[in-house]
Amino acid sequence: MAHRYKDFRPRLVSPMQSYGLLAVVAAVAVLAPLVIYPLFLVKVLCFMLFAAALNLVVGFAGLLSLGHAAFFGGAAYAFAQAAKVWGWPFEVSILFGVVVGAALGFAFGLVAIRRQGIYFTMITLALAQMVYFLAVQAPFTGGEDGIQNVPRGSLLGLIDLRDTITLYYVVLVIVVVCLLQIRRMVHSPFGHILGAIRENETRVTSLGLNTSRYKLLAFTLSAALSGLAGALKASAFQLATLSDVSWHISGEVVLMVLIGGIGTLSGPLFGAIFVVMIGHFLATSGLPVSLVVGLVFMACVMLFRRGFYGETVEYLRTRLLSGPQATPKADK
Amino acid sequence: MTELFGVPLAVLAGQVMIGLINGSFYALLSLGLAIIFGLLNVINFAHGAYYMVGAFVSWGLLTYAGIGYWPSLVLTPLIVGAFGALFERTMLRRLYGFDHLFSLLLTFGLALALEGMFRWIYGAGGKSYAVPPSLTGVYNLGFMVLPIYRAWVIVASLTVCVGTWLVIEKTSLGARLRAATENPSLVTAFGINVPLILTLTYAAGVGLAGLAGAMAAPIYQVSPNMGSSLIIIVFAVVVIGGMGSIMGSILTGLMLGVLEGLTKVFFPTASALTVFIVMILVLLLRPAGLFGKDK
Repeated sequence: MAHRYKDFRPRLVSPMQSYGLLAVVAAVAVLAPLVIYPLFLVKVLCFMLFAAALNLVVGFAGLLSLGHAAFFGGAAYAFAQAAKVWGWPFEVSILFGVVVGAALGFAFGLVAIRRQGIYFTMITLALAQMVYFLAVQAPFTGGEDGIQNVPRGSLLGLIDLRDTITLYYVVLVIVVVCLLQIRRMVHSPFGHILGAIRENETRVTSLGLNTSRYKLLAFTLSAALSGLAGALKASAFQLATLSDVSWHISGEVVLMVLIGGIGTLSGPLFGAIFVVMIGHFLATSGLPVSLVVGLVFMACVMLFRRGFYGETVEYLRTRLLSGPQATPKADK
Repeated sequence: MTELFGVPLAVLAGQVMIGLINGSFYALLSLGLAIIFGLLNVINFAHGAYYMVGAFVSWGLLTYAGIGYWPSLVLTPLIVGAFGALFERTMLRRLYGFDHLFSLLLTFGLALALEGMFRWIYGAGGKSYAVPPSLTGVYNLGFMVLPIYRAWVIVASLTVCVGTWLVIEKTSLGARLRAATENPSLVTAFGINVPLILTLTYAAGVGLAGLAGAMAAPIYQVSPNMGSSLIIIVFAVVVIGGMGSIMGSILTGLMLGVLEGLTKVFFPTASALTVFIVMILVLLLRPAGLFGKDK
């Protein structure tokens, strides 16, 4: 995880080239629903946001959470309850999902940041399992069936979201805005302090900063964004179920971040596309998803710890650029 | 019928009994985790999966090879331990130099893969394993009936736990192990093969999980997801007890099992949450854990 906030090494692409790349990505994103099943694309977008949100704590603050399914699934339930049972409009229900995600994140954070390293991970996993048990027992979640046939409604009473292509564009705008916000946050002074905490927490404390508050804020923000992803997914599939809060989802989203590249901004997005695609193809093949996901996990940890994106960037850097600065730094 | 706090004594004793059984499994598993963590500095996420594999190996030995309970109680830990040693040698070892996060993720992937594989082969449903004939029947204690097999599980797992503690604390092998934990490079300089100790430690910890699985087979259904649901609770137990002391993890495991059993008597709906609630309380009041020396 040798991410640098300000990369003084030579740029791989010139500013003009990067605008070109951006234009290509934008064109693909706009035209994709004409070619690919739109509901699948919405799912990809939701998981991109979810992975980017998790990466905010794993990659930039060094806090490995295995409990993010609680925020994702909890917000999905909150959205479904608000939109279906209480009949709230789309945007208010989504907002309610985000608030529930953030509140859960704040509560988890308060408990979990009292310990560090692997204990932190175990605590987040245990707390998420507690949320799972609560979801199994609570009357409003509908047990094994979940909350089904959740109405999508319309955005601000103007745009009808029952058409999946319209929904795709709405979700696309929301996700892009959030990703830009994440990018801004990572490059802000707040992001730099998180990086410093990841590298050497004691030192940051000795500089007079209250590290717990920064960690708690980062964790809550990450949970809120994960909640947004969960609520959007529930709106697209019109469904909130137990599988959204299960530990398998927490594992899958960690895999997305790992496979793309921990601590890179774009890596988790590619990871999300890849993992959602694997799940999609395996669903029809009869092969068990968790066996394949587990094996990919192991291969990724053993062979490319920087993730596909991170490794590719490093490879291009060493191939295309020579000179002492271009030699890849070994991972810690 | 005798009552205590308005609850029939037989019911109370029955739940304490179930609690002690769950507690002995918590103790066996958290003991293995603590041993592995102490020496390898690896949190073995696949511990629950090894427990599940142990139950399936024991079931498989009986079903395919006709090997009964007693021999399989010896064979299962050896088979599971050998698999663990292979995994440590070929994969886990390569990650010692990196961030702890990676070994955690590797074992997490292994847990997913093992669970997925067994579900693929055997389906999600459970297989039952008959209680061995020599341990069927019950003791009648007057206030409750105690199935002999359950009494055996408690006694056997406690014996194994205390035995492991004695080996680590009181023998020269244990002394080397503890020394290698404190200062591996110095111990290597004394001519002790530290990599071998690491492999054997991992195999032993994992073998304990396999043994727990073999003992659990006649009590619970042998199913692919028996490991993951248990291991998350065991992680909470480990957070509560802290992994600093072997005896601490044994005691915490038993204590929480009994507490969970008692909750089932008084607040049945909350029993699944007991361990997690205790974990939150401990973290708020005593963040380092009951027996913890935070690393």
